[in-house]
Amino acid sequence: MQTIELRNRPKIIGSYSIVGPKEGKGPFGKYFDYVMKDDRLGEKTYEQTECKMLELAITGAVQNAGLMISDINLLLAGDLLNQIISSSYAARAFNMPYLGLFGACSTMAESLAIGAILVNGEHFKNVACATGSHFSTAERQFRFPLELGCQRVPTSQWTVTGSGASIVSLDGNGPVISMVTFGKVIDLGINDVNNMGAAMAPAAADTLSSHFEDTKTKPEDYDLILTGDLGKLGSEILVDLMEAKGFKLGKNYSDCGHSYYTRNQDTMCGGSGCGASATVLNSYIVKKMKQRIFKKVLFLPTGALMSTTASQQGETIPGVCHAIVLEAEE
Amino acid sequence: MKNEKLNQAYKAYVEARIPKTKPWPSLFNSFWVGGLICLLGQGVNELLLYLFPNMAEQSAWAWTLIVLIFLASFLTAIGVYDKIGKFAGGGSIVPITGFSNSITSPAIEFKHEGVVYGTCVKMFTIAGPVIVTGIVSSVIVGIIYYIVGLV
Repeated sequence: MQTIELRNRPKIIGSYSIVGPKEGKGPFGKYFDYVMKDDRLGEKTYEQTECKMLELAITGAVQNAGLMISDINLLLAGDLLNQIISSSYAARAFNMPYLGLFGACSTMAESLAIGAILVNGEHFKNVACATGSHFSTAERQFRFPLELGCQRVPTSQWTVTGSGASIVSLDGNGPVISMVTFGKVIDLGINDVNNMGAAMAPAAADTLSSHFEDTKTKPEDYDLILTGDLGKLGSEILVDLMEAKGFKLGKNYSDCGHSYYTRNQDTMCGGSGCGASATVLNSYIVKKMKQRIFKKVLFLPTGALMSTTASQQGETIPGVCHAIVLEAEE
Repeated sequence: MKNEKLNQAYKAYVEARIPKTKPWPSLFNSFWVGGLICLLGQGVNELLLYLFPNMAEQSAWAWTLIVLIFLASFLTAIGVYDKIGKFAGGGSIVPITGFSNSITSPAIEFKHEGVVYGTCVKMFTIAGPVIVTGIVSSVIVGIIYYIVGLV
């Protein structure tokens, strides 16, 4: 069993999303709480901007929950940068216990899953879960300088500039986190860092099928099954892999990254990064669940757990995927 | 837990699904932009010889390269060269302007890490391998040339 049922029904009582200007022009643009006018927020470096975005997201989510910063008992956060600096440096601004997480782009689900378990067990009253990414910090850490005149390959994805935060608690209103499924690290030998979707899809397939088996549910039992940043190619691969396992993913399956940008925003296979799933969940999904348009959502972002050093040494890309089930309040 | 056979099957499956770039439009854009940059170089050279009739041909070529390198660095700094590169690919990477772009872009990118640890250290991260390959291959060619001369 990889799935845990949370009987005390912890809820997402507050949420907030902040994105860059390009993301604001995408299909989810009107759902985000805050669209930045430029990609810097007045900071000197992009790393500081990413950190600032996390601070704003956490503060925004706390306000959205109708709480004060002092009401939050624990912060769970992570990001993509080396030693998760954005999260830890953002945590300096808040006087609260902090656990740094690294699940790459699966961090939103990882933090919500752990947060929901801690709240469900009544160890903590209010837990803040947050993650984010920035296009320019990811480019310089994982790829090339911004001004280098090179072409992107068709399988590449565009790191989302955005940050999202949720407040989990037993008191208050919002979508209920009823179950969590923790995923295994799966590596099927893909070593192309420009093809993350293919590297992570097997992890998503593994967690998804384990979840269906553990809970005795089928894809049709959910209004929406939402992966994080598999992108166009990765989500197509997931559909194939699931079909081979005997589960047919239909129209209720979608991927945040794949639908994050419009076609003429020129992002090849779509969006990626921690921010992709974090901002979609904390804006579009939470809002639609409050309106009961979605009643049951399976949210399972994936993460590619490689580093530039490992990749340069010829290592393949391990993937991981954690799932949470969100149910609209009765 | 590694299952080599499954890995091979999955890799082959992914390989078949990967969207392919269309070679002909890419080659065409690459060809005409690259050609245009070369034409620009020739133009600068002719202009220099016209303006300074006493200039030796060798120094005119050196000045031409300096002008092209400066132009590419300038276009990189104002955020234009990456757009040309995205459109033209190899057409704007292969000429000396591409070399200039590959040095200027990391120099700008890493200036926040300081002059020494940022700009100076990172400046040749992309151009470095090209320079090393050039020097090593010229040494090998030199040795072959020497041996052939002995025979």
